[in-house]
Amino acid sequence: MIKFESVTFIRPNGVVALRDINLEIEKNELVTIVGANGAGKTTLLKHMNGLLKPTKGRVLIDGVDTRKTSVASLSKKIGLVFQNPDHQLFSESVETEIVFGLKNFGFDEREIKRRTEEMLEFFGLKELRDRAPLTLSGGEKKRLCIAAVLAWDPDVLVLDEPTVGQDLQNRLKLYEVINELRERGKGVIIVSHDIEFLWPLQARTIVMADGRILKDGPAYEVFMDKGLLKAARIRQPQLAELSTKLSLNFPFKGVGDAVERLLGDG
Amino acid sequence: MTRKIVVIRNYSFTYEGSRKPAIRDVNLEIEEGEIVVIAGASGSGKSTLLRSLNGLIPHVYKGKYRGEVWVDGMLVKETPTYILATKVGFVFQNPENQIFMFTVERDVAFGLENLGFPRDEMIKRVEWALDLLGLKKLRKRAPHELSDGQKQRVAIAGAIVLKPKLLVLDEPTSLLDPETAYDVVGLVKELNESLGLTVILVEHRLELVSSIATRLIVINEGRIVGNDKPERVLSDVNLRKVGLSPPPIVDLQVELRKRGITIDPIALDIDEFLRELDKVGK
Repeated sequence: MIKFESVTFIRPNGVVALRDINLEIEKNELVTIVGANGAGKTTLLKHMNGLLKPTKGRVLIDGVDTRKTSVASLSKKIGLVFQNPDHQLFSESVETEIVFGLKNFGFDEREIKRRTEEMLEFFGLKELRDRAPLTLSGGEKKRLCIAAVLAWDPDVLVLDEPTVGQDLQNRLKLYEVINELRERGKGVIIVSHDIEFLWPLQARTIVMADGRILKDGPAYEVFMDKGLLKAARIRQPQLAELSTKLSLNFPFKGVGDAVERLLGDG
Repeated sequence: MTRKIVVIRNYSFTYEGSRKPAIRDVNLEIEEGEIVVIAGASGSGKSTLLRSLNGLIPHVYKGKYRGEVWVDGMLVKETPTYILATKVGFVFQNPENQIFMFTVERDVAFGLENLGFPRDEMIKRVEWALDLLGLKKLRKRAPHELSDGQKQRVAIAGAIVLKPKLLVLDEPTSLLDPETAYDVVGLVKELNESLGLTVILVEHRLELVSSIATRLIVINEGRIVGNDKPERVLSDVNLRKVGLSPPPIVDLQVELRKRGITIDPIALDIDEFLRELDKVGK
């Protein structure tokens, strides 16, 4: 579905932001990407819907070179939700923000109405439908951005720092969105610093540092490798840290797992 | 003797154009030197409470204001914002909304310039703030070229330079990678210790801050529903219902309690947890 072939990206100011990236992501995969600020994570995402084009190498989406197609047609497939909602939101109301994308992609009136209502309901935005997006709280803005992209039902949802400003209910809602999309055969790619949010997902995890992929493996390998984490300036999630300190071969993957095994041992 | 730096009495505030109060009947006292973490669901009133401390409410954001908010002995609604600015330093979630000058040192100096500080005093203070935050080498750099962690340092320097008694930070680490986030939290703790600065911090990632907090306040629908030491507040399972996302290590102890293993008070870091677990014979 998504294929990076020896992709290097050099910014206009000469900074090398991606170095020889080779990567394949299948259509229905859940992939998380971690790394320090400036590691190249967001730059990588922007290559997925053609917002940025490689300096060297190529990016293929469903076999199509991103240089040979439009951002709009790529976005229909790869729905990217930006880190900073202020870069995405521009409509005069919450409702029209969701309607806009749907109109652009040519959905008919009835379908637009149905999907908009569904998204407003699911993301708890119904009461805010007439508010100007820029007057919302940070957490509300973030939810609106996700709703607006999810509305057109892309094949892959790409989320850049989705948990910023989100409380427990909304974090649980995000897990729900991820699970539901997965059940429907969709892909989800998440860039996040929020390691405690990522750990229970136990997803394929890509570690980036200085424009490179340092490691691409399951979460339990990545987050138990202290040398790797140090090199990438990432910390261990608490349950991984606990597992390391208890010298466990198989880390606790969740609180429930930890309780059972701690009690079982003694 | 400890002094109270913040005293809030029967305070309610409703934004103009809104029917629902953003803050309802809040009573709160904060002592000098505390590090207070404020948590709560999105839209619970956390930012409104912060804005009420530096006078953005009611001087900039208008609305229906009832009750009293006192900061360092001054009644906020009767004190002009330029005076409050010298008492309350404010750091936002996104440093890019806060730093905008051509060089780091100009940025740090901005608040002083704005308040018309004499030149000598200004130079002295900017030096002091740059030194304190380890920014001396970066002084001539353009803020937008800095890393995110450095930008947040510049924003903190710009707040500290006015020598406030109270430093208020609204999710200062949410855009930072975990290591940098811990660095910033460590820095806040250092400033608290070395300057005796009182800190009020809004943060969702409680695993980051619960071990430095002297107090954790939980807000729900504009009301204070939890206000105690973090280990006490976090053991209260009802707080989950109001959107608090406890650190996994706390979650684990709450679950263990249900199965008869009680660690009291709840341990906030892994090493402490392991020591306590040993004691209860596991």
